[in-house]
Formats: sequence, C-alpha cells, structure tokens
Amino acid sequence: MADATVNAAMTGPRGPKPKKAFSSTNIIIYGTLLVVCMYYLLPLYVMIVTSLKGMPEVRLGNIFAPPVEVTFEPWVKAWSEACTGINCEGLSRGFSNSVWILIPSVIISIAIASVNGYALANWRFKGSEVFFTILIFGAFIPYQVMIYPIVILLRESGDGITWFLRIFNEDASAFRLMGSLSGLVIVHTIFGMPILTLLFRNYFTSVPEELFKAARVDGAGFWGIYFRIMLPMSLPIFVVAMILQVTGIWNDFLFGVIYTKPETYPMTVQLNNIVNSVQGVKEYNVNMAATLLTGLVPLVIYFASGKLFVRGIAAGAVKG
Amino acid sequence: MAVTDTGGAGAKRPSRLFRNMSAKIASIPMIFTAVVVFIGCTIWTIYHSFTRSRLLPAPEKWVGLDNYERLWGENRWLISIENLAIYGACSLILSLTIGFVLAALLDRKIRFENTIRTIILYPFALSFVVTGLAWQWILNPSLGLQNVVRQWGWESFTFDPLNNPEIVIFGILIAGIWQGSGFVMVLLLAGMRGIDEDIWKASRVEGIPTWKTYIFIVIPMMRPVFVTALVIISSGIIKVYDLVVAQTSGGPGIASEVPAKYVIEKMFQAQNLGLGFAASTMMLLSVLVVLIPWAYLEFGGKKNG
Amino acid sequence: MKLTTKLLSASAIVAASSVSAVELEVTHWWTSGGEAAAVSEFAKAFDATEHTWVDGAIAGSGGTARPIIISRILGGDPMGATQLNHGRQAEELIEAGLLLDLTDVAEAEGWKDIVNPSSLLDSCTVDGRIYCAPVNIHSWQWIWLSHQAYADAGTDVPTNWDEFVASAPALEAAGKIPLAMGQQPWQSSGAFGVMAVAIAGVDAWSQVTVDKNPDAVMGPEYTKVFEAAANARAFAANSNVQDWNQATNLVITGQAGAQIMGDWAQGEFQVAGQVAGEDYTCLPGLGVNEVISTGGDAFYFPVQDDPEVEAAQKELAALLLSPEVQVAFNLAKGSLPIRGDIDLMAANDCMKKGLEILAAGNILPDGNQTLSPDTSAQLEDLMVEFWNDPSITAADAQQRYADIIASAD
Repeated sequence: MADATVNAAMTGPRGPKPKKAFSSTNIIIYGTLLVVCMYYLLPLYVMIVTSLKGMPEVRLGNIFAPPVEVTFEPWVKAWSEACTGINCEGLSRGFSNSVWILIPSVIISIAIASVNGYALANWRFKGSEVFFTILIFGAFIPYQVMIYPIVILLRESGDGITWFLRIFNEDASAFRLMGSLSGLVIVHTIFGMPILTLLFRNYFTSVPEELFKAARVDGAGFWGIYFRIMLPMSLPIFVVAMILQVTGIWNDFLFGVIYTKPETYPMTVQLNNIVNSVQGVKEYNVNMAATLLTGLVPLVIYFASGKLFVRGIAAGAVKG
Repeated sequence: MAVTDTGGAGAKRPSRLFRNMSAKIASIPMIFTAVVVFIGCTIWTIYHSFTRSRLLPAPEKWVGLDNYERLWGENRWLISIENLAIYGACSLILSLTIGFVLAALLDRKIRFENTIRTIILYPFALSFVVTGLAWQWILNPSLGLQNVVRQWGWESFTFDPLNNPEIVIFGILIAGIWQGSGFVMVLLLAGMRGIDEDIWKASRVEGIPTWKTYIFIVIPMMRPVFVTALVIISSGIIKVYDLVVAQTSGGPGIASEVPAKYVIEKMFQAQNLGLGFAASTMMLLSVLVVLIPWAYLEFGGKKNG
Repeated sequence: MKLTTKLLSASAIVAASSVSAVELEVTHWWTSGGEAAAVSEFAKAFDATEHTWVDGAIAGSGGTARPIIISRILGGDPMGATQLNHGRQAEELIEAGLLLDLTDVAEAEGWKDIVNPSSLLDSCTVDGRIYCAPVNIHSWQWIWLSHQAYADAGTDVPTNWDEFVASAPALEAAGKIPLAMGQQPWQSSGAFGVMAVAIAGVDAWSQVTVDKNPDAVMGPEYTKVFEAAANARAFAANSNVQDWNQATNLVITGQAGAQIMGDWAQGEFQVAGQVAGEDYTCLPGLGVNEVISTGGDAFYFPVQDDPEVEAAQKELAALLLSPEVQVAFNLAKGSLPIRGDIDLMAANDCMKKGLEILAAGNILPDGNQTLSPDTSAQLEDLMVEFWNDPSITAADAQQRYADIIASAD
C-alpha cells in the first residue's frame, strides 16, 4: 500500500477529467486560481517594485505602481553600504557567515536524522518508539523554553570538552561551544531532528520489506543496508530534507542571534540590524532590497526544485 | 521485525543489551536529544518556574505558585492567550480549508499546474521576518493598500488592521496564512494523488456529485495526511513569535502580544526568569492538553511493531 | 585544577612583561545616526592604542540586545565589554562574579574625585567595589519643540507645558500632530515619568519611585499627572511611528509640534544640521520644573580568563572616562559628560542648559536605579497599554499603577 502511494503520487492528477476546455466549471476554477495567485504574488511584487524606487517616489505613495525611474541604489546600499553602529558593510557581511553556518548544519542534521529514521523504521529496539514519541512532542516545545537551559548545556559541555582535552595536553586552550560555529550546528541539528526523523522514518517504513530481508540473508548489517540499499533509493526524501533544512536554517534568526557573535552573525541578523537601524527616516526601499536579498537563496532553491520537493513530500510525509 | 533476532553470526545469543547494537549506537543522538534536551530542559524549566529566579536561575529560592498567581493576574498575559487562541483557531481552520480547496482545484488536471503550485508554495521559503516586513508595508495605512484604494477614489475606504487594536491579530493572520497555506496545499495534494483512481470511477458510476465525493469519501481517506498537516501547522502556531515582532512588535499597545513573546521578554528584558518559566510551562501544558488525546487515539489503540 | 592555576599565573607574568594587541569586542545598541557617530569616537580612541575595537552593534533597542548580551555572558562566551544601563540591571551578574572588578582602575584614575554627580559611581558600586565605567549622563526630562511647526500654525513656540497644551488646537488646525510619540514601550513609560516629575513635583515623584509608596500614586499630585497624560495621549493620537527617532524626525521636519524625549534626541537634531534656539527649542523639565534625572549609560566588562584581555579591558575602562574622549563622545551623543572638570565650549544651547542644572545640583536619580527591571517592565506594560488604548481612563491607569508600586521590590 505504501509503495502504491509513492507510485501513485508520481503519476499525476487523479481527479475526474474535465470535459470541455471552456465549460463554466473551468472558468470558475481558473478564475479562482488567478485570484489566488495574485494574492500570493502581491507581496513579492510590492517588495520588488518598492526596492527599485527612490525614497521620494516611495513617499509619494502608490505601492502598487511600477517605478517611474528605476534605481538600483537601494540594492547596492542594502548589500554593501547600510550601517549598523559603526559598521557600514551592509548585508554582505552576513552572507558568507550564513553559508558557513548552513553547509555543516544541513549535512550533519540530515545525516543524523536519516540514520535515526532508518533505525526507527527497520531496526526497532526496546524503547525506540518511546524516544521517538518524545522527539515528536519536542517539535511542539516553544524554542523560547529551551534557549536558557541550552545556554547552560552548551557552556557545561564546552567546559567538559576542555577538561577532556587538558587530560592529554595541559596547554589546550579552552574549548567553547557557546558562541562558536560548532555550538550553532549542534543547536540546528537538535531542533531539526523531530520533523526530519519523522520524514525519514515514514519513508524508510514504506521501503518493501522483502528488499530488507534479502539483504539480511546476504549477511549485510546495519550500516551495510543503510549505505548500499537505503541511501541509493531515497533521493526524493533527501531532497525534501535538504530543502526544509536549507530554508529553515537560512531563515533562522533566534538561534543565530543568541548562539553566535557579531563576526559570525548570519544574514537574517544583519537584516534585522539594517531594518531596525533607523537613521532619520525609514528607508523602505533599502529595507525591501535587503529583505529580498536575504530571501534570495531559499527562493531560488524553491523555484528551482519545486517539483522535486512536491514529489518528495508525497513520498515521505503522506503516510502518517 | 523477526529478522533482527537472527542477528549475531555466532550460535551464542548475545545479551539483550548488545543485541541490535549498531542501531542503538546510531540512535544515541536521538536518545540524547529526546532525553537530555527535550525532557531534561523541560523539567529544568518547570522546576525553576516555582522559584524566585530573576536574572540568574536560583534553584534555592522556592516560592511555590507565586509566579503562576501573578501570571494569571496580568492583563498582558491574558491578552496574549486570547490572541493565540484566535490566531490558532483561525489559522488552523483557514490553512486546512484553503489548502484543501486549492489542492482540489489543482487536482482537476488543469494546465500550468507546476507554475501555480510554485507560486502558492514560494512564501514558505521566506522567513517570518521577511513575511512580517512585507505585509507591514502593504498594510501600512498611509502608504499601503488603504492609501492606494483611496487614491482610486474610494475616499472612505478603511483597512488598517495593524493600527487598529480590535483587529490587529487578523492582520497578522493574513500574513501567517499567506506564508503557511502553500505547504498545507502541497501536503494535501500529495495525499489526494495517493487515492486510488478506482474510487473516482466508482463514484462516477454511482452518480455521486464531485463535491460529495470529496467530502464523504476523499477526506476520510486522507486522514493520515490531515494528521501530518495538523501536527505541522499547530507546532508552528504555538511558536508564533518572529512574525509578530517583525509586523507589529506586539502593538498597537499590547493588542497583538502572543505568549512566546511574553515569555522571552519576561525572561530577558524584565529579568524575571521565574515568571517567564511559569508562562512557558503554561504553554507546554496547553500543548499537552491537545497532544495527549491525539497521541492516545493515534498510538494507543494499535500495538504493532 | 592546580595545573590550570599555575598555567594562568605563568601566563600572567608573561602578559605583564610584554604588552600585546588585543581585539576587544564591544556590544552596544547605539545604532541611530547620532548614536553611531558618538560610538565611533570611542572606537577611534581605542584603535589609537595598540588594541582594536571590534564593534558588536545590535539594532533594535536595549530590549533586543539585552537577551543576547546576558546569554553570552552566562554561556561562558563573554564579549570584551558591553553597554548596559547601570543601576539594578547588572546586580545579579555582579553577585555571580561574572563582571570584572574595576576598583583598581578607578583608584588609579581617581574616579571618586572626578565623577560628578557621585551617584553615578555609586550605582556602579556593589559592596564597595566598582564594576562599571559610566560614560555619560542622560536625562529624560526634555520636551523638543519644532519652530517650523509653530510658524506654520502661526503661534509662538511655547515655553512650558501649559502653553504647549494651550497651543495644541492651533497645531491640529494647521494639520500638525501636536505631540510625536513612538510606540516602543520604554518611550511610553519614559514620557509618563517626565510628566510625573514635572507636574507632580520631585517630592511626590520620589515617594512613588524611591519609597514605593502606593498611597502617593493615589494622591492629588499624581491624579493631575494621569489627567495630563490622558490629554497628551489625545495629542499623540495621530502619531503612528514606531521608533523614537522616527518620532524625533517628525519634529525635525515640522510635521509634529513637540516630542517628550531624553537628551539623546539632541544627536538627531545635530545630524539633521539643526541649530538649538533657531530651528528647535528644548525645555528641561517640560519648562515647569527644571530638574534632570541622572541616568546614563555605562560599560561593563565581563570576566575573561585571559590576563591580556583583562589588561586591555582595564585600559578601555580608563580611556572611556578620559577628558578628550568624554568631550568628543558627549558632543556627538548630545549627552552630558560624567566629569565636571572638562570644558564643553563647543556645547550648544541645550547641553548648556543641562550643564547648568547639573551644576546647580537639581538632580534626581534615574528610575532604573531605584526600581527593579521587573517592576519597570510592569510599568512599561501598563503605560504602553494606556497610551494606545483611549478606553483606559486616567483613574483606571492610576489604580493599576498603584497596584504595581505596592508589589514592587
């Protein structure tokens, strides 16, 4: 049945075939969809239009009107000139930081969650379901509840590692998880775990059991089956996980601001700094340009891989 | 999973603890997260909600229920709870309804399906901060939508949800739905595609109208997908914070405050950790009230392996 | 553990013999035009030594910045130095031993003799030790009036609160917002505080804020304050900006008649190229009661386990209070210097008014120093509700204010 779900999802629409091209039903359907698309596109349109206007034109005020005079000044300013305090480097400062946070966080969180999901689906042990249930409950805990204890947890683990390192090397410098990139990667891995594990578990459960059994008979173990059988056939779910994590981590503000420091602030924190550093009047055009720049990476990923994402969702999330 | 029992290569059965060892080792990160982070931090937080912790945790200053008494006496908390209830109920119903209707429309073998689906889904890629700012801009009464409609000649047109305390939460809802409904649509669409074509054939043979087929046959069959969607939407609702901060900062006045914002501000700004922890414990409790019956229905009945 | 100590003392000796450059990260929330100009004076001065100032500006307000600052100190990843309002906010961090003891710097530099008023140093002092370096005096008790707005309305610029109230209808008739108000909570509660000092008088104010006497809140003096605030609320009804400097900008551009704001607004007028007395007028104590509060900003230095960093921290602390830096910083920021022995010839009209009041000793402690952050936050909540919701009557607000004061700690 699970397999059927996956395959069915790949084959396309299942609804009844419309009879004529211009039936009244069709007009209603396309009409509704047109209005819906306008609602969804409106903010993007407004952001783009505003970001291309000069401040006097913005103040004159029709937010829907296309710019009379197109200017890229706001984009330049947002990227490289906007000031926070005495730093006037704009968003560019945060871009590479975001990339360096993103890459290890995405790889590690997905690696761990996929192995978890695999163990939960195919190698259940006593208590594994209990831990999984707790994990799902964890998805509902407001992050704010965890911030404080995690600060303490990171500090203590950092101290623990320092102590451990100094057993071997007395001169080892203090190891800090708090405020370091590795600390942030751990935090992203922890908070990405519930949803990702759920997705992978559901996906691996739908893999036909015969495949698994055959591999066992051939003498393959836990890791052997994972790498040789499960990995090659789970591209769609890895794509979904990747898209979810890339957008989630790229868009994160709360962890980025609390668990890092100014040199390593991600782009969203820079965005907030730029938007909230009002010098005189609010420069809506610069704010919108900065906003679009920050959203560019996840947007490109979505527009480029929308179809894969939908397919992966069908494969992973549908079976409850 | 009888397979796992034939595990070890040798004839001697390994002890229980070592059976399935790789899987257990591989699950250590998950077990750590579940037990130490989620359970541990939750207990830590609940314990400290009974203490008079100010800027730093003070486990020795036990005050019993004082923090809870003050919490429920505060107007701002009550408004936060009320807002969350309105926002939560509306966003749950609207996301599911809009998501389902859109999915049903897209499922009717229409043209440009991919384009339309991408358009509906893209807001999900944006951060709440971006969403909040964009809608704040559109709903700005002197420069945004209201102004434009007035310029068109409808002088008395008033639409200023972000500046009107009575309806500000709906202004936030517009942005929240805009961002989240596309994902719900994709989930439900995937579920719809999973339904056997024979069902449709049968209902056509029987002469059941399309809308009836959707409501009485398709929806019940899509229960698991709805559950997944419900879990994802509601876990997002309780955490709503960034959106409010970006769009209204809780204003006008305190009209759009939400519990998550209350918690973080009490903890760090008012330097009253105890009160913040009490508020977050209440948030947890409300999550449990919703989740436990669901988990019981979902897992309690069947005990399969 | 013994080894670590040995190691530390060994490296301390090394540090003492060779001065090495340290990059010191400094967090603060000074991001508006005038503020950024002021903070760059600090950075310039510190970069002129062998060390480097790494700027850690966090935009928003103290409310956004404080969680970040505090969680980093608690998490064992402290910055080199950080802005915090002095007063009761840092008390617990000091008790937990997380902030550097600056007593030796203070003694070497003679802070006791130069810091004026001495209450500034007192609020840095816990159990006789000094933990922070005060950098300026900020007073809330100012109203800023736009000459252009009054010219457009065809009336004279008011010289006190009562005249302002009388002039409000004329401003409204000319399409101006009489009173500009931002929406951030601290602005609502700050403006109310200013009105309380000016209208109820210092005695009633200190009974409430220092002695925490709820009966004083219900007294006739405060009744007048709440009524005046309800009036002011109506004047500010059309001012729908968020940030304080957006509100100041309304005054600068003549769209609004006045704003009640602390002397940091001065920096914005300066950046906009306006001249005190010609383009705008400032009235201390709303022109009714010329006293100023002596809150201000201070820098704290979280404890670091690196003696080189500690030396640099102490160097910075001394630098912040040095005469040249004080002059440059405060001129840009529009605040008053914390030492009375320097010459502020370059100061403009408004700063001179402030200096005179300071010299005359008409000062009161800042609310931050007498109320706990918890109580302040409750009052902020009440005030932001009051300013934004016309259905809350002055009497309701008064009663709730009294309740909060009654349970204050």
